[in-house]
Amino acid sequence: MADLALQAETPPSQVHPDAPAVRFEHVSIGFEGKDVLEDLSFDVQRGETRILLGPAGVGKSVLLKLANGLIKPDSGRIFVFGYEVSAMREEDLFQLRESIGTVFQEGALFDSLTVRDNVGYRLMEQHLPDEEIDQRVTEALRFVELEHTLTKFPSELSGGMRRRVAIARAIITKPDLLLYDSPTGGLDPITSTTIIELVIKQRDVYKTSSLLVTHRLQDAFMLVGHRFDKETGQMEPLPEGQTDPCTSFLMLHQGRLVFDGSTHDLVHSNDEFIQQYLTY
Amino acid sequence: MPIATLDAAAKKGVAAVQQYSLLSARALANLFRRPFYGADIITQADLIGIGSLPIVILTGLFTGGVLALQSASTLSEFGAAAITGELVSLSMIKELGPVLTSLMVSGRNASGMASELGSMMVTEQIDAMRALGTDPHKKLVMPRIVATIVMLFFLTIVADAVGTLGGAAVAIIMLRQDASQYFHTTYQALRYRDVTQGLVKPLVFGFIISTIGCYYGMSTTGGTQGVGRSTTQAVVVSSVLIIAVDFVISQFMIGIVGR
Repeated sequence: MADLALQAETPPSQVHPDAPAVRFEHVSIGFEGKDVLEDLSFDVQRGETRILLGPAGVGKSVLLKLANGLIKPDSGRIFVFGYEVSAMREEDLFQLRESIGTVFQEGALFDSLTVRDNVGYRLMEQHLPDEEIDQRVTEALRFVELEHTLTKFPSELSGGMRRRVAIARAIITKPDLLLYDSPTGGLDPITSTTIIELVIKQRDVYKTSSLLVTHRLQDAFMLVGHRFDKETGQMEPLPEGQTDPCTSFLMLHQGRLVFDGSTHDLVHSNDEFIQQYLTY
Repeated sequence: MPIATLDAAAKKGVAAVQQYSLLSARALANLFRRPFYGADIITQADLIGIGSLPIVILTGLFTGGVLALQSASTLSEFGAAAITGELVSLSMIKELGPVLTSLMVSGRNASGMASELGSMMVTEQIDAMRALGTDPHKKLVMPRIVATIVMLFFLTIVADAVGTLGGAAVAIIMLRQDASQYFHTTYQALRYRDVTQGLVKPLVFGFIISTIGCYYGMSTTGGTQGVGRSTTQAVVVSSVLIIAVDFVISQFMIGIVGR
């Protein structure tokens, strides 16, 4: 796919409408002489949610940062909406990132800014009027049920609240691709469920393409086994035996992709590592 | 093996110089590119400049005072106590004002920059900033460099003035020298080239302090321990560089202007 100049008027995700949201082609990267990811190739189609599983330290966060162009691979190519992010300059990536929302592992909120300034950060940098920023920030915080925290600082929030604010910050520009880096890491089960509910809500209401990294199987299976009911405004389990058709899995082991497929194929895989991982 | 260790250390050193040069070049290039973060420059100028004023005034005052105190006794032996003012003003304006002010600002602000940016690095706030479409070199580094250079220039002038007054206070009140003679010699001894030399130095030192502080901050790894390490290294390296570069600038300026 040709890496064309970003066009100012058309959103980057619409310039190549047939291109997948994310494509990795034979991507490898290493640090300090050690290979971290080797020869990865996979796609995230438009509207699809892919859950990336793997043990801690296998390179899941590195993969997410590669997808966002925050780091460059040693070899291979990475495309986001048809743009080769692995070859783009940082200045051009800033424009493409308007279509990408990222939720970092610990939230990565700016601790010297209020919740309002954190969530509205991108809008402030675009010099939008304060009234518009306030309105859109309130809307994003309403989505994560934290409207009352506008004037608070991140240090005044609990871990779960910080993750929810991070999600609000990621979705405020209604991105076409969401990257979640262990959004429930370090949280208790109840708070984790709240976070996964928000991910499901975003998936089912806005049909956003997503790549979600986690090592927690319970979060992964909640994502495939539940849906968001727009009428009731609640998350509900899918009927027995059914899984979300737009959600599938990737699994990393020792830097390589050992699985790429549906929930059914994952659960019925004969691979020893996968079986061991699923029964852990 | 010692050679392998030396090889690795040499490569690490060269890589560090490369990264530092790239950071400095990017930050300077960003001065002429949009968006221009004028508000952030003003904020940093307030933190770095106004915030450092008390310590700069105290440093200048006592340095000038101790210069007068120490020099007067030696000059008296040669019957030259009358030129105490000349010695204080030339020493402060050409050398001690710029260097000591820069060392104070380095201790206060290079460490502040390294710790603030380092904390942002280890908590992924810098990555978040990039993911949100903001260049951290434009938003964080460039304002600090501009603010430090500009404010250090003015802080040096303040230190020079206060140092001269400090020397005057000691000379007149403690050593009972003639006030008009002190100020007369202070003023008469100065040439434009002395002032030029004394005001070129803070521009260079300001660049050193801010770029070193930002470099160590932006290259921090290893959690809170790494932040501590970066903070210490920023102060040490910038202080040593200030003193080394001071020698080079002095030699250079003396070669150009003759004194």
